[in-house]
Amino acid sequence: MEKSAPKLLLTSSPFLKQQEDTPAVMRQVIFSLIPAILAGIYYFGISGILVIAASIAGAVGTEWIYLIGTKKKFNSIKDNTALLTGLLLALTLPPGIPLWMAFLGGIVAIALGKLIFGGIGSNIFNPALVGRAFLQASFPVALTTWSPISDFSGITQLRGHTFALPFVQSKIDAITAATPLSQMKFDSHLTELTHLFFGSSAGSLGETGAIFLLLGGIYMVLRNYINWRIPLGVFFMVIIFASVLHGVDPVKFAPASFHLFSGGLMLGAIFMATDPVSSPITHKGCWIFGMGIGFLVVLIRTFGGLPEGVMYAILLMNGVTPLINRVTQPPIYGYVKSKN
Amino acid sequence: MERKSDKKTGFFATLQQSPSTDEFIKGLWRENAVFVQVLGMCPTLAVTNSATNAIAMGLATTFVLLMSNMLVSSLRNFIPKQVRIATYILIIATFVTVADYVIQAISLDVHKSLGAFIALIVVNCLILGRAEAFASKNTIGKSFLDGLGMGLGFTFALLCLGVVREILGSGTLFGIPFFPANFQEWVIMILPGGGFFTLAAWLLIFNWAKQRKKKVVQLDNKEIAA
Repeated sequence: MEKSAPKLLLTSSPFLKQQEDTPAVMRQVIFSLIPAILAGIYYFGISGILVIAASIAGAVGTEWIYLIGTKKKFNSIKDNTALLTGLLLALTLPPGIPLWMAFLGGIVAIALGKLIFGGIGSNIFNPALVGRAFLQASFPVALTTWSPISDFSGITQLRGHTFALPFVQSKIDAITAATPLSQMKFDSHLTELTHLFFGSSAGSLGETGAIFLLLGGIYMVLRNYINWRIPLGVFFMVIIFASVLHGVDPVKFAPASFHLFSGGLMLGAIFMATDPVSSPITHKGCWIFGMGIGFLVVLIRTFGGLPEGVMYAILLMNGVTPLINRVTQPPIYGYVKSKN
Repeated sequence: MERKSDKKTGFFATLQQSPSTDEFIKGLWRENAVFVQVLGMCPTLAVTNSATNAIAMGLATTFVLLMSNMLVSSLRNFIPKQVRIATYILIIATFVTVADYVIQAISLDVHKSLGAFIALIVVNCLILGRAEAFASKNTIGKSFLDGLGMGLGFTFALLCLGVVREILGSGTLFGIPFFPANFQEWVIMILPGGGFFTLAAWLLIFNWAKQRKKKVVQLDNKEIAA
Protein backbone atom coordinates (compact mmCIF):
# COMPACT_ATOMS: atom_id res chain seq x y z
CA MET A 1 0.00 0.00 0.00
CA GLU A 2 1.32 3.36 -0.92
CA LYS A 3 1.71 5.93 1.79
CA SER A 4 -0.12 9.15 0.95
CA ALA A 5 0.43 12.55 2.46
CA PRO A 6 -1.73 12.90 5.55
CA LYS A 7 -4.90 14.90 5.00
CA LEU A 8 -5.24 15.96 8.61
CA LEU A 9 -2.38 16.64 11.04
CA LEU A 10 -3.20 16.34 14.71
CA THR A 11 -0.66 18.09 16.94
CA SER A 12 -0.71 20.00 20.17
CA SER A 13 -0.04 23.75 20.39
CA PRO A 14 1.84 25.89 19.41
CA PHE A 15 0.52 25.74 15.86
CA LEU A 16 2.33 28.76 14.45
CA LYS A 17 6.05 28.39 14.62
CA GLN A 18 8.36 31.32 14.15
CA GLN A 19 11.20 30.60 11.78
CA GLU A 20 13.46 33.23 13.30
CA ASP A 21 15.65 32.35 16.27
CA THR A 22 17.81 34.58 18.45
CA PRO A 23 20.89 34.56 16.18
CA ALA A 24 18.78 35.63 13.19
CA VAL A 25 17.13 38.47 15.13
CA MET A 26 20.47 39.66 16.45
CA ARG A 27 21.87 39.54 12.92
CA GLN A 28 19.01 41.73 11.71
CA VAL A 29 19.61 44.24 14.52
CA ILE A 30 23.26 44.39 13.53
CA PHE A 31 22.25 44.92 9.88
CA SER A 32 19.99 47.79 10.86
CA LEU A 33 22.94 49.41 12.63
CA ILE A 34 24.99 49.42 9.40
CA PRO A 35 23.97 52.95 8.26
CA ALA A 36 25.06 54.36 11.62
CA ILE A 37 28.34 52.41 11.55
CA LEU A 38 29.13 53.58 8.01
CA ALA A 39 28.38 57.18 8.99
CA GLY A 40 30.65 56.85 12.01
CA ILE A 41 33.48 55.49 9.88
CA TYR A 42 32.93 58.25 7.31
CA TYR A 43 33.16 61.00 9.92
CA PHE A 44 35.79 59.54 12.22
CA GLY A 45 37.93 57.47 9.86
CA ILE A 46 40.07 54.50 10.78
CA SER A 47 39.83 55.28 14.51
CA GLY A 48 36.15 54.39 14.32
CA ILE A 49 36.86 50.96 12.81
CA LEU A 50 39.55 50.26 15.42
CA VAL A 51 37.36 51.23 18.38
CA ILE A 52 34.53 49.00 17.10
CA ALA A 53 36.96 46.12 16.60
CA ALA A 54 38.51 46.50 20.06
CA SER A 55 35.15 46.67 21.82
CA ILE A 56 33.78 43.63 19.98
CA ALA A 57 37.01 41.72 20.68
CA GLY A 58 36.66 42.43 24.41
CA ALA A 59 33.00 41.38 24.51
CA VAL A 60 33.24 38.23 22.39
CA GLY A 61 36.57 37.25 23.99
CA THR A 62 35.05 37.34 27.48
CA GLU A 63 32.09 35.24 26.38
CA TRP A 64 34.51 32.76 24.78
CA ILE A 65 36.67 32.43 27.91
CA TYR A 66 33.51 31.94 29.98
CA LEU A 67 32.38 29.18 27.64
CA ILE A 68 35.71 27.39 27.93
CA GLY A 69 35.86 27.87 31.70
CA THR A 70 32.37 26.56 32.41
CA LYS A 71 32.42 23.87 29.71
CA LYS A 72 28.90 24.75 28.57
CA LYS A 73 27.68 22.75 25.63
CA PHE A 74 25.41 25.52 24.37
CA ASN A 75 27.53 27.86 22.31
CA SER A 76 26.36 31.34 23.25
CA ILE A 77 28.86 33.08 20.97
CA LYS A 78 26.94 31.86 17.96
CA ASP A 79 23.79 33.72 19.02
CA ASN A 80 25.57 37.02 18.25
CA THR A 81 24.48 38.76 21.46
CA ALA A 82 28.05 39.38 22.59
CA LEU A 83 28.83 40.73 19.14
CA LEU A 84 25.87 43.11 19.31
CA THR A 85 26.75 44.22 22.83
CA GLY A 86 30.31 45.04 21.78
CA LEU A 87 29.08 46.89 18.73
CA LEU A 88 26.53 48.96 20.67
CA LEU A 89 29.14 49.79 23.31
CA ALA A 90 31.58 50.99 20.62
CA LEU A 91 28.92 53.21 19.09
CA THR A 92 28.47 55.04 22.40
CA LEU A 93 32.19 55.69 22.89
CA PRO A 94 34.12 58.77 21.75
CA PRO A 95 36.03 57.96 18.54
CA GLY A 96 39.39 59.03 19.96
CA ILE A 97 39.28 56.76 23.01
CA PRO A 98 42.38 54.57 23.64
CA LEU A 99 41.74 51.09 22.28
CA TRP A 100 42.54 49.36 25.56
CA MET A 101 39.71 51.25 27.23
CA ALA A 102 37.26 50.12 24.54
CA PHE A 103 38.54 46.55 25.04
CA LEU A 104 38.13 46.80 28.83
CA GLY A 105 34.64 48.21 28.33
CA GLY A 106 33.73 45.17 26.23
CA ILE A 107 34.99 42.83 28.97
CA VAL A 108 33.07 44.65 31.71
CA ALA A 109 29.91 44.84 29.59
CA ILE A 110 29.78 41.07 29.14
CA ALA A 111 31.21 40.01 32.51
CA LEU A 112 29.45 42.44 34.86
CA GLY A 113 26.51 43.27 32.63
CA LYS A 114 25.49 39.84 31.45
CA LEU A 115 27.39 36.73 32.61
CA ILE A 116 27.19 37.56 36.32
CA PHE A 117 23.38 37.51 36.10
CA GLY A 118 23.38 34.15 34.34
CA GLY A 119 23.96 34.96 30.69
CA ILE A 120 21.60 35.83 27.88
CA GLY A 121 18.05 36.60 28.95
CA SER A 122 18.85 37.08 32.63
CA ASN A 123 20.49 40.50 32.80
CA ILE A 124 18.57 43.30 34.49
CA PHE A 125 20.57 46.14 32.90
CA ASN A 126 21.53 46.72 29.30
CA PRO A 127 25.04 45.15 29.10
CA ALA A 128 26.45 47.72 26.66
CA LEU A 129 25.38 50.58 28.92
CA VAL A 130 26.84 48.83 31.98
CA GLY A 131 30.17 48.75 30.14
CA ARG A 132 29.87 52.40 29.25
CA ALA A 133 28.88 53.42 32.78
CA PHE A 134 31.94 51.60 34.11
CA LEU A 135 34.21 53.41 31.66
CA GLN A 136 32.54 56.75 32.37
CA ALA A 137 33.12 56.34 36.10
CA SER A 138 36.67 55.02 35.69
CA PHE A 139 38.07 57.36 33.04
CA PRO A 140 35.96 60.54 33.09
CA VAL A 141 38.48 62.55 31.06
CA ALA A 142 38.97 60.08 28.21
CA LEU A 143 35.21 59.52 27.95
CA THR A 144 34.47 63.22 27.52
CA THR A 145 37.23 64.07 25.05
CA TRP A 146 35.59 64.32 21.64
CA SER A 147 37.34 64.39 18.29
CA PRO A 148 36.23 66.79 15.56
CA ILE A 149 34.62 65.29 12.47
CA SER A 150 36.08 65.15 8.99
CA ASP A 151 35.12 63.60 5.66
CA PHE A 152 36.68 60.95 3.43
CA SER A 153 39.95 62.88 3.09
CA GLY A 154 40.72 62.20 6.73
CA ILE A 155 39.83 58.54 6.74
CA THR A 156 43.38 57.31 7.41
CA GLN A 157 44.04 59.81 10.17
CA LEU A 158 44.00 58.57 13.75
CA ARG A 159 41.98 60.62 16.23
CA GLY A 160 43.04 61.18 19.78
CA HIS A 161 44.93 58.52 21.69
CA THR A 162 43.91 55.42 19.81
CA PHE A 163 47.17 53.56 20.37
CA ALA A 164 47.90 54.67 23.94
CA LEU A 165 49.59 51.91 25.94
CA PRO A 166 47.34 50.11 28.42
CA PHE A 167 47.19 51.68 31.90
CA VAL A 168 49.24 54.65 30.75
CA GLN A 169 47.97 58.20 30.58
CA SER A 170 48.58 59.65 27.16
CA LYS A 171 50.27 62.99 27.17
CA ILE A 172 49.86 63.80 23.47
CA ASP A 173 47.61 66.77 22.84
CA ALA A 174 44.86 65.77 20.47
CA ILE A 175 42.54 68.09 18.61
CA THR A 176 39.26 68.13 20.47
CA ALA A 177 35.83 69.51 19.79
CA ALA A 178 32.77 70.19 21.88
CA THR A 179 29.59 68.20 21.35
CA PRO A 180 26.37 70.07 20.56
CA LEU A 181 25.09 69.14 24.00
CA SER A 182 28.05 70.56 25.90
CA GLN A 183 27.95 73.68 23.71
CA MET A 184 24.32 74.09 24.69
CA LYS A 185 24.97 73.39 28.35
CA PHE A 186 28.04 75.50 28.91
CA ASP A 187 27.89 78.18 26.18
CA SER A 188 24.15 78.27 25.43
CA HIS A 189 25.03 77.74 21.78
CA LEU A 190 22.46 75.92 19.63
CA THR A 191 23.75 73.69 16.85
CA GLU A 192 21.87 73.80 13.56
CA LEU A 193 19.36 71.04 13.07
CA THR A 194 20.80 69.85 9.74
CA HIS A 195 24.15 69.18 11.41
CA LEU A 196 22.44 67.10 14.06
CA PHE A 197 20.32 65.32 11.50
CA PHE A 198 23.15 64.19 9.24
CA GLY A 199 25.72 63.69 11.96
CA SER A 200 28.16 66.42 11.01
CA SER A 201 28.82 67.35 14.63
CA ALA A 202 31.21 66.02 17.23
CA GLY A 203 30.03 63.23 19.47
CA SER A 204 30.15 59.50 20.07
CA LEU A 205 31.03 57.16 17.24
CA GLY A 206 27.55 56.07 16.24
CA GLU A 207 25.17 58.61 17.68
CA THR A 208 25.81 61.82 15.76
CA GLY A 209 23.59 61.18 12.74
CA ALA A 210 19.94 60.94 13.72
CA ILE A 211 18.77 60.02 10.21
CA PHE A 212 20.96 56.88 10.00
CA LEU A 213 19.69 55.59 13.31
CA LEU A 214 16.09 56.38 12.35
CA LEU A 215 16.52 54.38 9.14
CA GLY A 216 17.63 51.35 11.13
CA GLY A 217 14.86 51.91 13.64
CA ILE A 218 12.12 52.08 11.01
CA TYR A 219 13.43 48.84 9.47
CA MET A 220 13.34 47.09 12.83
CA VAL A 221 9.82 48.35 13.60
CA LEU A 222 8.59 47.17 10.19
CA ARG A 223 10.11 43.74 10.79
CA ASN A 224 8.63 43.78 14.32
CA TYR A 225 11.97 43.25 16.08
CA ILE A 226 11.45 46.05 18.57
CA ASN A 227 8.42 47.33 20.38
CA TRP A 228 7.69 50.69 18.71
CA ARG A 229 5.98 51.92 21.87
CA ILE A 230 9.29 52.38 23.69
CA PRO A 231 11.05 54.79 21.25
CA LEU A 232 7.75 56.60 20.61
CA GLY A 233 7.22 57.00 24.34
CA VAL A 234 10.72 58.44 24.69
CA PHE A 235 10.21 60.92 21.81
CA PHE A 236 6.76 61.89 23.08
CA MET A 237 7.92 62.70 26.59
CA VAL A 238 11.08 64.50 25.40
CA ILE A 239 8.98 66.70 23.10
CA ILE A 240 6.44 67.54 25.81
CA PHE A 241 8.89 68.16 28.64
CA ALA A 242 11.40 70.08 26.50
CA SER A 243 8.64 72.19 24.90
CA VAL A 244 7.29 73.17 28.29
CA LEU A 245 10.75 74.19 29.45
CA HIS A 246 11.42 76.02 26.18
CA GLY A 247 8.12 77.85 26.55
CA VAL A 248 9.06 78.97 30.05
CA ASP A 249 12.45 80.38 29.08
CA PRO A 250 13.40 80.14 25.36
CA VAL A 251 16.93 81.49 25.94
CA LYS A 252 17.96 79.16 28.71
CA PHE A 253 16.31 75.93 27.57
CA ALA A 254 16.82 74.29 24.18
CA PRO A 255 13.81 73.51 21.97
CA ALA A 256 12.45 69.99 21.73
CA SER A 257 13.90 69.40 18.26
CA PHE A 258 17.40 69.96 19.59
CA HIS A 259 16.92 67.47 22.43
CA LEU A 260 15.41 64.97 20.04
CA PHE A 261 18.23 64.87 17.49
CA SER A 262 21.32 65.60 19.59
CA GLY A 263 23.50 63.28 21.61
CA GLY A 264 22.70 59.63 22.14
CA LEU A 265 18.94 59.96 22.32
CA MET A 266 18.21 58.26 18.97
CA LEU A 267 20.70 55.45 19.57
CA GLY A 268 19.47 55.01 23.13
CA ALA A 269 15.76 55.12 22.36
CA ILE A 270 15.90 52.85 19.31
CA PHE A 271 18.65 50.36 20.08
CA MET A 272 19.36 50.41 23.83
CA ALA A 273 16.00 50.95 25.53
CA THR A 274 14.34 48.34 23.30
CA ASP A 275 16.62 45.55 24.51
CA PRO A 276 14.03 42.75 24.85
CA VAL A 277 15.56 41.46 28.09
CA SER A 278 15.74 44.61 30.17
CA SER A 279 12.55 46.36 28.99
CA PRO A 280 8.99 45.67 30.23
CA ILE A 281 6.93 42.90 28.65
CA THR A 282 3.52 44.55 28.62
CA HIS A 283 2.53 47.20 26.05
CA LYS A 284 1.30 49.58 28.73
CA GLY A 285 4.57 49.01 30.59
CA CYS A 286 6.53 49.89 27.44
CA TRP A 287 4.78 53.26 27.26
CA ILE A 288 5.60 53.99 30.90
CA PHE A 289 9.17 52.79 30.42
CA GLY A 290 9.75 54.95 27.32
CA MET A 291 8.15 58.04 28.82
CA GLY A 292 10.18 57.61 31.99
CA ILE A 293 13.38 57.54 29.95
CA GLY A 294 12.35 60.65 27.99
CA PHE A 295 11.55 62.54 31.18
CA LEU A 296 14.85 61.56 32.85
CA VAL A 297 16.90 62.43 29.75
CA VAL A 298 15.61 66.01 29.60
CA LEU A 299 15.82 66.33 33.38
CA ILE A 300 19.48 65.24 33.51
CA ARG A 301 20.43 67.24 30.42
CA THR A 302 18.94 70.52 31.63
CA PHE A 303 19.32 70.35 35.41
CA GLY A 304 22.06 67.75 35.98
CA GLY A 305 25.80 68.20 36.11
CA LEU A 306 26.47 66.28 32.91
CA PRO A 307 25.56 67.46 29.41
CA GLU A 308 24.27 64.00 28.42
CA GLY A 309 21.94 61.75 30.39
CA VAL A 310 20.63 59.06 28.04
CA MET A 311 22.82 56.32 29.53
CA TYR A 312 21.79 56.95 33.14
CA ALA A 313 18.15 57.44 32.16
CA ILE A 314 17.99 54.03 30.48
CA LEU A 315 19.91 52.27 33.27
CA LEU A 316 17.61 53.79 35.91
CA MET A 317 14.48 52.75 34.03
CA ASN A 318 15.97 49.27 33.50
CA GLY A 319 16.11 49.01 37.28
CA VAL A 320 12.41 49.92 37.54
CA THR A 321 11.35 47.42 34.84
CA PRO A 322 10.35 44.59 37.24
CA LEU A 323 8.10 47.02 39.13
CA ILE A 324 6.52 48.27 35.90
CA ASN A 325 5.88 44.67 34.88
CA ARG A 326 4.14 43.98 38.15
CA VAL A 327 1.99 47.11 38.09
CA THR A 328 0.89 46.75 34.47
CA GLN A 329 0.03 43.07 34.64
CA PRO A 330 -3.13 42.67 32.54
CA PRO A 331 -6.13 40.97 34.21
CA ILE A 332 -6.73 37.31 33.50
CA TYR A 333 -9.12 36.76 30.57
CA GLY A 334 -12.68 36.80 31.84
CA TYR A 335 -11.70 38.07 35.26
CA VAL A 336 -14.16 40.56 36.75
CA LYS A 337 -13.10 42.90 39.49
CA SER A 338 -15.21 42.36 42.58
CA LYS A 339 -17.23 45.40 43.49
CA ASN A 340 -16.21 45.43 47.13
CA MET B 1 35.24 21.70 67.49
CA GLU B 2 34.68 18.80 65.17
CA ARG B 3 36.93 18.44 62.20
CA LYS B 4 35.99 17.15 58.78
CA SER B 5 39.13 15.12 58.23
CA ASP B 6 41.15 13.86 61.18
CA LYS B 7 44.24 12.69 59.31
CA LYS B 8 45.81 16.15 59.15
CA THR B 9 49.42 16.51 60.15
CA GLY B 10 51.85 19.38 60.30
CA PHE B 11 52.19 22.59 62.24
CA PHE B 12 48.79 24.09 61.55
CA ALA B 13 47.00 20.82 62.16
CA THR B 14 48.54 20.38 65.61
CA LEU B 15 47.68 23.98 66.38
CA GLN B 16 44.11 23.47 65.25
CA GLN B 17 43.66 20.29 67.23
CA SER B 18 44.27 22.06 70.52
CA PRO B 19 40.90 23.66 71.31
CA SER B 20 42.14 27.00 72.62
CA THR B 21 44.34 27.85 69.65
CA ASP B 22 41.50 26.83 67.36
CA GLU B 23 39.56 29.79 68.73
CA PHE B 24 42.32 31.97 67.37
CA ILE B 25 42.81 30.23 64.00
CA LYS B 26 39.13 30.05 63.06
CA GLY B 27 38.76 33.82 62.82
CA LEU B 28 41.61 34.11 60.36
CA TRP B 29 40.23 31.84 57.68
CA ARG B 30 37.50 29.31 58.40
CA GLU B 31 35.10 31.83 59.98
CA ASN B 32 36.61 34.98 58.53
CA ALA B 33 34.46 37.96 59.48
CA VAL B 34 34.24 39.46 55.99
CA PHE B 35 34.74 36.60 53.55
CA VAL B 36 32.73 33.92 55.36
CA GLN B 37 30.39 35.60 57.84
CA VAL B 38 29.97 38.76 55.69
CA LEU B 39 29.79 40.94 58.80
CA GLY B 40 30.89 44.55 59.20
CA MET B 41 30.16 45.51 55.59
CA CYS B 42 29.97 49.24 56.30
CA PRO B 43 33.68 49.80 57.10
CA THR B 44 34.64 47.07 54.62
CA LEU B 45 33.13 48.99 51.73
CA ALA B 46 33.60 52.54 52.96
CA VAL B 47 37.18 52.92 54.16
CA THR B 48 39.10 50.45 52.01
CA ASN B 49 39.92 52.97 49.30
CA SER B 50 43.57 52.85 50.37
CA ALA B 51 45.71 50.22 52.06
CA THR B 52 46.70 52.61 54.88
CA ASN B 53 43.08 53.34 55.74
CA ALA B 54 42.29 49.62 55.63
CA ILE B 55 45.08 48.75 58.08
CA ALA B 56 44.19 51.60 60.44
CA MET B 57 40.54 50.61 60.44
CA GLY B 58 41.39 46.92 60.88
CA LEU B 59 43.72 47.53 63.81
CA ALA B 60 41.30 49.91 65.53
CA THR B 61 38.54 47.32 65.19
CA THR B 62 40.86 44.58 66.46
CA PHE B 63 41.70 46.65 69.54
CA VAL B 64 38.06 47.36 70.33
CA LEU B 65 37.07 43.75 69.69
CA LEU B 66 39.84 42.40 71.90
CA MET B 67 39.16 44.69 74.84
CA SER B 68 35.37 44.47 74.72
CA ASN B 69 35.52 40.68 74.37
CA MET B 70 37.66 40.43 77.48
CA LEU B 71 35.56 42.84 79.52
CA VAL B 72 32.27 41.28 78.48
CA SER B 73 33.66 37.84 79.24
CA SER B 74 34.88 38.85 82.69
CA LEU B 75 31.54 40.48 83.52
CA ARG B 76 29.42 37.74 81.95
CA ASN B 77 28.05 36.50 85.28
CA PHE B 78 27.10 39.97 86.50
CA ILE B 79 25.30 41.42 83.46
CA PRO B 80 21.50 40.99 83.71
CA LYS B 81 20.06 39.24 80.65
CA GLN B 82 17.47 41.96 80.02
CA VAL B 83 19.94 44.80 79.52
CA ARG B 84 22.87 42.88 78.07
CA ILE B 85 22.84 44.51 74.60
CA ALA B 86 22.84 48.01 76.09
CA THR B 87 25.68 47.01 78.39
CA TYR B 88 27.71 45.59 75.49
CA ILE B 89 27.21 48.80 73.49
CA LEU B 90 28.34 50.84 76.48
CA ILE B 91 31.48 48.73 76.90
CA ILE B 92 32.24 48.88 73.16
CA ALA B 93 31.68 52.64 73.03
CA THR B 94 34.19 53.15 75.81
CA PHE B 95 36.93 51.42 73.87
CA VAL B 96 35.94 53.13 70.61
CA THR B 97 36.46 56.48 72.34
CA VAL B 98 39.91 55.30 73.45
CA ALA B 99 40.73 54.16 69.90
CA ASP B 100 39.44 57.46 68.49
CA TYR B 101 41.79 59.54 70.65
CA VAL B 102 44.74 57.18 70.08
CA ILE B 103 44.38 57.44 66.28
CA GLN B 104 44.18 61.23 66.57
CA ALA B 105 47.39 61.22 68.58
CA ILE B 106 49.24 58.94 66.15
CA SER B 107 48.18 60.43 62.83
CA LEU B 108 45.73 63.22 62.25
CA ASP B 109 45.69 62.51 58.51
CA VAL B 110 44.48 58.96 59.00
CA HIS B 111 41.91 60.22 61.48
CA LYS B 112 40.61 62.69 58.93
CA SER B 113 40.41 60.17 56.11
CA LEU B 114 38.60 57.62 58.28
CA GLY B 115 36.19 60.33 59.42
CA ALA B 116 32.95 59.20 60.98
CA PHE B 117 33.76 55.54 60.49
CA ILE B 118 35.88 55.39 63.65
CA ALA B 119 32.87 56.37 65.74
CA LEU B 120 30.79 53.88 63.77
CA ILE B 121 32.92 50.98 65.07
CA VAL B 122 30.45 51.08 67.97
CA VAL B 123 27.73 49.62 65.78
CA ASN B 124 29.97 47.19 63.89
CA CYS B 125 27.92 44.00 64.02
CA LEU B 126 31.09 41.92 64.12
CA ILE B 127 32.00 43.26 67.59
CA LEU B 128 28.49 43.05 69.00
CA GLY B 129 28.14 39.61 67.42
CA ARG B 130 31.27 38.26 69.10
CA ALA B 131 30.21 39.74 72.45
CA GLU B 132 26.77 38.18 72.25
CA ALA B 133 27.67 34.87 70.64
CA PHE B 134 31.06 34.12 72.15
CA ALA B 135 32.39 36.33 74.95
CA SER B 136 29.22 36.14 77.04
CA LYS B 137 29.50 32.34 77.13
CA ASN B 138 33.25 31.67 77.36
CA THR B 139 36.23 32.26 79.62
CA ILE B 140 38.44 35.34 79.40
CA GLY B 141 41.33 33.44 77.83
CA LYS B 142 39.18 31.97 75.06
CA SER B 143 37.49 35.32 74.45
CA PHE B 144 40.88 36.98 74.14
CA LEU B 145 42.00 34.48 71.50
CA ASP B 146 38.67 34.71 69.70
CA GLY B 147 38.81 38.51 69.61
CA LEU B 148 42.40 38.50 68.40
CA GLY B 149 41.71 35.96 65.65
CA MET B 150 38.54 37.65 64.47
CA GLY B 151 40.16 41.08 64.54
CA LEU B 152 43.23 39.98 62.60
CA GLY B 153 41.04 38.15 60.11
CA PHE B 154 39.02 41.33 59.66
CA THR B 155 42.20 43.37 59.19
CA PHE B 156 43.46 40.85 56.64
CA ALA B 157 40.21 41.07 54.69
CA LEU B 158 40.21 44.88 54.71
CA LEU B 159 43.81 44.84 53.53
CA CYS B 160 42.91 42.49 50.67
CA LEU B 161 40.34 45.01 49.47
CA GLY B 162 42.43 48.08 50.21
CA VAL B 163 45.48 46.88 48.29
CA VAL B 164 43.52 46.12 45.12
CA ARG B 165 41.52 49.34 45.25
CA GLU B 166 44.53 51.56 45.94
CA ILE B 167 46.68 49.99 43.21
CA LEU B 168 44.00 50.30 40.53
CA GLY B 169 42.34 53.45 41.80
CA SER B 170 45.32 55.68 42.44
CA GLY B 171 48.33 53.67 41.23
CA THR B 172 50.00 53.65 44.64
CA LEU B 173 50.50 51.22 47.51
CA PHE B 174 50.64 52.65 51.06
CA GLY B 175 51.06 56.03 49.38
CA ILE B 176 54.17 54.98 47.43
CA PRO B 177 53.84 54.98 43.60
CA PHE B 178 53.31 51.40 42.47
CA PHE B 179 53.55 51.89 38.71
CA PRO B 180 55.94 53.86 36.53
CA ALA B 181 54.87 57.45 35.86
CA ASN B 182 51.72 58.38 33.89
CA PHE B 183 49.54 55.64 35.28
CA GLN B 184 45.94 56.02 34.14
CA GLU B 185 43.85 55.74 37.32
CA TRP B 186 40.60 53.77 37.36
CA VAL B 187 38.67 56.37 39.31
CA ILE B 188 35.77 53.98 39.90
CA MET B 189 37.89 51.81 42.19
CA ILE B 190 38.14 54.70 44.70
CA LEU B 191 34.39 55.33 44.47
CA PRO B 192 31.84 53.19 46.37
CA GLY B 193 31.11 51.16 43.22
CA GLY B 194 34.70 49.92 43.16
CA GLY B 195 34.32 48.71 46.75
CA PHE B 196 31.38 46.52 45.77
CA PHE B 197 33.18 45.16 42.68
CA THR B 198 36.33 44.32 44.66
CA LEU B 199 34.43 42.70 47.53
CA ALA B 200 32.45 40.61 45.04
CA ALA B 201 35.63 39.50 43.31
CA TRP B 202 37.27 38.47 46.60
CA LEU B 203 34.15 36.61 47.76
CA LEU B 204 34.15 34.80 44.42
CA ILE B 205 37.77 33.74 44.86
CA PHE B 206 37.22 32.61 48.47
CA ASN B 207 34.10 30.61 47.71
CA TRP B 208 35.80 28.99 44.76
CA ALA B 209 38.78 28.02 46.92
CA LYS B 210 36.46 26.67 49.62
CA GLN B 211 34.48 24.54 47.18
CA ARG B 212 37.67 23.09 45.75
CA LYS B 213 38.85 22.21 49.25
CA LYS B 214 35.52 20.52 50.00
CA LYS B 215 35.84 18.40 46.88
CA VAL B 216 39.35 17.32 47.86
CA VAL B 217 38.15 16.32 51.34
CA GLN B 218 35.25 14.34 49.85
CA LEU B 219 37.62 12.53 47.51
CA ASP B 220 39.90 11.71 50.46
CA ASN B 221 37.00 10.25 52.41
CA LYS B 222 36.00 8.10 49.44
CA GLU B 223 39.53 6.74 49.18
CA ILE B 224 39.52 5.90 52.86
CA ALA B 225 36.16 4.15 52.51
CA ALA B 226 37.41 2.16 49.54
